[in-house]
Amino acid sequence: MNIDYSQEAPTVAGRLTLAQIEELVARPMATKPDKKFFIAISISSAFLLIGAICLGYTFYYGVGMWGNNQPVGWGFGIVNFVFWVGIGHAGTLISAILFLLRQKWRTGIARFAEAMTIFAVMCAGIFPIIHTGRPWLAGYLVPYPNQHGLWVNFISPLVWDVFAVSTYFTVSFVFWYVGLIPDFATMRDRTVSKFKKTIYSMFSLGWRHSNRHWTHYEKSYILLAGFATPLVLSVHTIVSFDFAVSILPGWHTTIFPPYFVAGAIFSGFAMVVTVLLFVRKIFNLEHIITLNHLEKMNKVILLTGMMVGYSYAMEFFIAWYSGVPAETFVFINRAFGPYAWAYWIMVSCNVIIPQFFWFRKIRRSIPAMFVIVILVNVGMWFERFVIVVTSLSRDFLPSSWAYFKPTIFDLGILLGSFGLFFTLVILFTKSLPVVSISEVKASADGAQPTHHGGAYNE
Amino acid sequence: MNNDKKIFGIAATFKTPDEIINAAKKVSSSGFTEFDVNTPYPVHGMDKAMKIKPSKLGFVTLVMGLSGASIALLFMYWTMSVDYPMVIGGKPFFALPAFIPVTFELTVLLATVSTVIAMIALFFRLPDNKHPLHDTDYMKSVSADKYGIVIESTDSKFDEKSVTDFLKNLNPLKIEIIYYPPEDSYPIFQPKFIIFLIVVAVLVSGGTYITLNKLLYTVPYNFMMDQDKLNPQKPSELFADGRGMRTPVEGTVARGFMPYPYTGQTNPPEVLANPYLPTKENLELGKSKFLTYCSPCHGNFADGDSRLRGQFPNPPTLHSTRARDFSDGMIYHIITNGQNVMPSYASQITREERWAVVNYIRVLQRAKNASDSDLIEMKKETGSNVTN
Repeated sequence: MNIDYSQEAPTVAGRLTLAQIEELVARPMATKPDKKFFIAISISSAFLLIGAICLGYTFYYGVGMWGNNQPVGWGFGIVNFVFWVGIGHAGTLISAILFLLRQKWRTGIARFAEAMTIFAVMCAGIFPIIHTGRPWLAGYLVPYPNQHGLWVNFISPLVWDVFAVSTYFTVSFVFWYVGLIPDFATMRDRTVSKFKKTIYSMFSLGWRHSNRHWTHYEKSYILLAGFATPLVLSVHTIVSFDFAVSILPGWHTTIFPPYFVAGAIFSGFAMVVTVLLFVRKIFNLEHIITLNHLEKMNKVILLTGMMVGYSYAMEFFIAWYSGVPAETFVFINRAFGPYAWAYWIMVSCNVIIPQFFWFRKIRRSIPAMFVIVILVNVGMWFERFVIVVTSLSRDFLPSSWAYFKPTIFDLGILLGSFGLFFTLVILFTKSLPVVSISEVKASADGAQPTHHGGAYNE
Repeated sequence: MNNDKKIFGIAATFKTPDEIINAAKKVSSSGFTEFDVNTPYPVHGMDKAMKIKPSKLGFVTLVMGLSGASIALLFMYWTMSVDYPMVIGGKPFFALPAFIPVTFELTVLLATVSTVIAMIALFFRLPDNKHPLHDTDYMKSVSADKYGIVIESTDSKFDEKSVTDFLKNLNPLKIEIIYYPPEDSYPIFQPKFIIFLIVVAVLVSGGTYITLNKLLYTVPYNFMMDQDKLNPQKPSELFADGRGMRTPVEGTVARGFMPYPYTGQTNPPEVLANPYLPTKENLELGKSKFLTYCSPCHGNFADGDSRLRGQFPNPPTLHSTRARDFSDGMIYHIITNGQNVMPSYASQITREERWAVVNYIRVLQRAKNASDSDLIEMKKETGSNVTN
């Protein structure tokens, strides 16, 4: 195999012209939804409906409908919360960190990954609120002056979570919207429908593609990326504090923040690949979201998968090395106790399966990577399950040990969160440009001045 | 062309990024300042060609980020250490390490959101959907895949003919003269708009009213208020008499509720003797109970001079000879039993507290009616040797 590594692979394959790129990305919004679209959205909204019904039961009868028991007070509610927040991490990583690292290949997938971030954080935000049992009182989480003269406890990791997740959502949303402004303007200028034009004009804010604006715009993009980078690392760190700041064996470890962040990127990339595989096929975006993109994402999955595997090993090592009996017990119990099945699903899906990505053939094979990323998603969900449930179900007092079994409502709400996520994703693909038109144009071949004919010729 | 229209500017479109860079260089070096380049994406090197200064947006970010950090820290300091200090987990009131996460989040939040708002509103002067460039062919082409430059009529060197010739020399695809759009006026007080405002007002206020006053008192929001348990003064189907509250079993006495045998008697027996010595603790207790229960009518110093004077039959002073001659037992009896309009305080003040109040009243009486001999006594106690 002869690969010229001195040349960066083109981000847009097939030498498309700017007009062709725009046409490709804008086509789903200009055409009527087809049969495939309706089938997809009816499946996802059926899941959403199942979740809504289970949630209705939960609101009416209380959290007792779930499998949560004493001592496993944090059941699926928190497992799903951590899972979805983790999924959300890929978007900001791609749009912010890869932007700062000048990775041009990010342009094709950044918009989609950012949208997935927003939807995943929406799914995540639901869980802690419904877990309280009285979601209509969620406003108490915000420090506001009240007649009791009370404030929220700023020393509690749960309050940090409120600030971290809401900030993350807001900043991701702002980032996403800023990226969309030029695309809204492009859509405004190409649509023929008066109704659509009004909507696009409104959201484009009257953007004129002016270079006097572009200078500020590019500056703001760097500033936002600079802030979003530590933010994305902080969010899952703070989520891990929910566990690490407690004194429960199996949670009370300093490895949690980096371990959670690596796991979040791992699961987020797996989810982005899962969805992109469909999107590039259905909307004919194979030239913009190329195999090279997917291969690079698979490399990130391989790397973060090994970081996660290292964390699993290190947890065991520290449990033995610290000589704390409770800690040692918890980890032996994880691997060989009543939840051994969940533990070994987690290890095989997260550590062993991604090792196949060492092979270039597998990294570039659509069916193989599809199977692997689905298994990674499953494995990462089980990782959170293992962390939350095994530690709680057997803590210091053997007399209070209990086995956690989810009920049909737990499973229904989990299904519902997937329904919500995919419904939003499907609606997004038909209503907004799934690829950043201006960014892809800017990184296409011949889009920038040549060195001899333009800017650098003083 | 309609010459009545006012010219906004003259635009030229180009096909390649190299051409637009050259055009921008020529235009800026010919001394034009009021011109703009419109490209579907940022073209590298354009800022230099147009001689644009670097963006000052970063200052907004810096100032607002620092404000976010200090607002967060000051607010947490104020709530956790000043307004409602509480020891949590043995941490100090100002637990700086535990404040870092929220401080960081608020820094990021304020910095990013204000950067974007400042950029859009102050730097871009958007939203502006009425700009003359909108809906022109020029805008449509630079929005897609062409590169355009427009010299505006506000430039001091602007002249329709010379600018057109100048742009033509650059060999563009197309030259377009852009006019200001006809002025539209939108009166605010259109009937449609007024009706819209009224509908919004009714929906918002009605929705708020229904949510707060009706919805939150329905199932399941009222489950917490409406529980399967006995509440005071509420009926219950569990008992034959239908009452939730029960009377004590006959012949029993609840703890601390020893029956008072002299209820209703006007002349209390002299057998009631004060079992408590007027120690400092006892007097402190008596003072607090006196101030709570007695002072509203009798006044803080038992002068019968209270804030209720004139609203009720005046309560008597407790410094009259009659009151001073009461035995301890008589005052205790009056507190327990009540007298004239004064009700019984037996249910509010416990037995021990009542005797403490009696002791305190004695102190007040002695203080208000002190004799010279008391003064000598006091001087002895305090060690003062002033003799006048």
